[in-house]
Amino acid sequence: MKRARDRFKNFVTALRVGWFLAIRQVKRSSYATTGLIIFVMMLTFLNLVVVRGVLVGLIQGSEVVYKTAYAGDIIISVLPKKSYIEDSPTVIEQIKNLPWIQSYSARYIIGGRVEAGYKERVRVTDAPNSAGGSITGINPTNEENTTGVASKIIEGRFLTPSDTDSIVLGSDLLKKYVPVESPGFSLLENVAVGDKVRITINGNIKEMTIIGIIRSKAGEVDSRVFMLDTTLRSFIGRTDYNVDEIAIALKPGVDSTTVKNTLKAGRAGEVARVQTAEEALPKFLLDIKATFALLGNVVGSIGLVVASITIFIVIFVNAITRRKFIGILKGIGINAVAIEFAYVLQSVFYASIGIVAGLAVLYGVLVPYVDANPIKFPFSDGILVAELGSTLFRAGMLMIATLIAGYIPARIVVKQNTLDAILGRK
Amino acid sequence: MIKATQLVKKFESGDSVLIALNSLNFEIKQGQFVAITGRSGSGKSTLLYQLGLLDDPTSGEVYIDGVEATSLDTEKRTTMRLQELGYIFQDYALIPELSATENVMIPLIMQGMSRSDAEKAAHMSLERIGLAGKYENLPSQLSGGQQQRVSIARAIAHKPKIIFADEPTANLDSETSEVVLKTFLELNKEGQTIVMVTHEPEYAKMTHRTITLADGNIVSDTLNT
Repeated sequence: MKRARDRFKNFVTALRVGWFLAIRQVKRSSYATTGLIIFVMMLTFLNLVVVRGVLVGLIQGSEVVYKTAYAGDIIISVLPKKSYIEDSPTVIEQIKNLPWIQSYSARYIIGGRVEAGYKERVRVTDAPNSAGGSITGINPTNEENTTGVASKIIEGRFLTPSDTDSIVLGSDLLKKYVPVESPGFSLLENVAVGDKVRITINGNIKEMTIIGIIRSKAGEVDSRVFMLDTTLRSFIGRTDYNVDEIAIALKPGVDSTTVKNTLKAGRAGEVARVQTAEEALPKFLLDIKATFALLGNVVGSIGLVVASITIFIVIFVNAITRRKFIGILKGIGINAVAIEFAYVLQSVFYASIGIVAGLAVLYGVLVPYVDANPIKFPFSDGILVAELGSTLFRAGMLMIATLIAGYIPARIVVKQNTLDAILGRK
Repeated sequence: MIKATQLVKKFESGDSVLIALNSLNFEIKQGQFVAITGRSGSGKSTLLYQLGLLDDPTSGEVYIDGVEATSLDTEKRTTMRLQELGYIFQDYALIPELSATENVMIPLIMQGMSRSDAEKAAHMSLERIGLAGKYENLPSQLSGGQQQRVSIARAIAHKPKIIFADEPTANLDSETSEVVLKTFLELNKEGQTIVMVTHEPEYAKMTHRTITLADGNIVSDTLNT
């Protein structure tokens, strides 16, 4: 027992001496060298967080767009084996009566075809300039309030309640924006705002004018043709008011799951599928997100290895050039633990300051900047995802790696023969 | 105080073996000031390193105050060096980023002293060898003689049983060398046992006893009058 106590006491003393040495070594070392090492640690930390954050943010950007431009906070859709949401007016009434609802948009959706340049077609056997898509009938005011869709217009303008003979095309239907040559996949060519096109739904044909082109980077929006709900209903002879989809935007701070459950408990739950936006996310998005997160972790791990090697080299060079002084310390009775601890503490110092600087840059500059100016990828508007918990976890990993990377070279040098070190013998 | 029996140190280099110490036997009593002299390559520094537990002999034993020091493990040897021995190296051997006070303090803190007590003891030790007022100076801000005196202060601060000095005046001018020797004589007068390696015969004469080595053998062991 006494022996264990003595050993513990000796260990604590060694730590005190190590601390004493480390503080002075850091204080009196070159500012330039210290600054450079801290800068490298900061960059390593940022590499760990930002690379993964951008990769995940690429998909998170898609998720955000899916929600904001298409699904809202809650999306109500048709039950399997049903053609529409039965008793839609009652469902809509239920929605309107909930206090948490900011806005909603009820949509009629039916498959159809859009054809352009039909007047210039010389032979019947010539392939038509057409594209298939979901023809979506909306109330433009409700749609704008729910999804802010008008801000996604890239040419022309969005619908107004008076645009009875007008459509807005999704950019995925146009070869100009999707230059893909694929058999069995046709897109509209040479089409512009102001052109007349033929809409065909179930054999019914109507000529309409393109007033706008929309590009939200949400596939569900960009592959649609938007027209007024009243126009679509009369086009297809729909006399009931049953819709195919309702997107709901909630007031800020409202929990979407609670509202979903409330809706499901009422008529909506009986006649439709009620999901939060997160639940309705396409599986491929979730799969890509998981894949990118994994990729981000792999890249981050490589960065961690590089950082560890950097610290190893820094400490090793420091220790090896001070081999003589390490020998002297050992010679006068300073034990190896104290000397090793001094080097470990120095590594921890560099890592800590680097991490703190990295956190300041991350949350003070990068995250707010990318939030305000999303990265314009073709696939989505990428954001920088940096949840605090995940970031602190990475900081912890970097600290552990630094600890080990600082300890090993110190141990290698300290273990060398004392006299050889003092005399500079190999 | 120190006893060496059949002390041998060999260095192997390829096929050849160099016998640096050839079965040395001698004793140093408490309170003696002993000089070890000889030409370059005679083995005097090698002998000092064996006696000071900085190196392991090939065979033979070193006893310090009755304890067979050569059989101790690394940890115990380090503890013995810390608590019972003091060292003065040829090139001062100060830690460059520690001030004069901190260089003296560090073995005291390692012995378990509090920082404040260690600092007081360090100041007393520095004052004793005439370096009051240089407490916060880094080694680079001290002359060679002052650095050597800091080294002496570090060696004596914890009141060791034995001080080992390896050519302490080698890098000093004659005036400063005399100051250092005078300090050693004062310490010895107070009962400090000192073993000093020197190649200066006049400094060796100032000690109680001179052991002269040649080719790893003791060729003479005389008391100085």
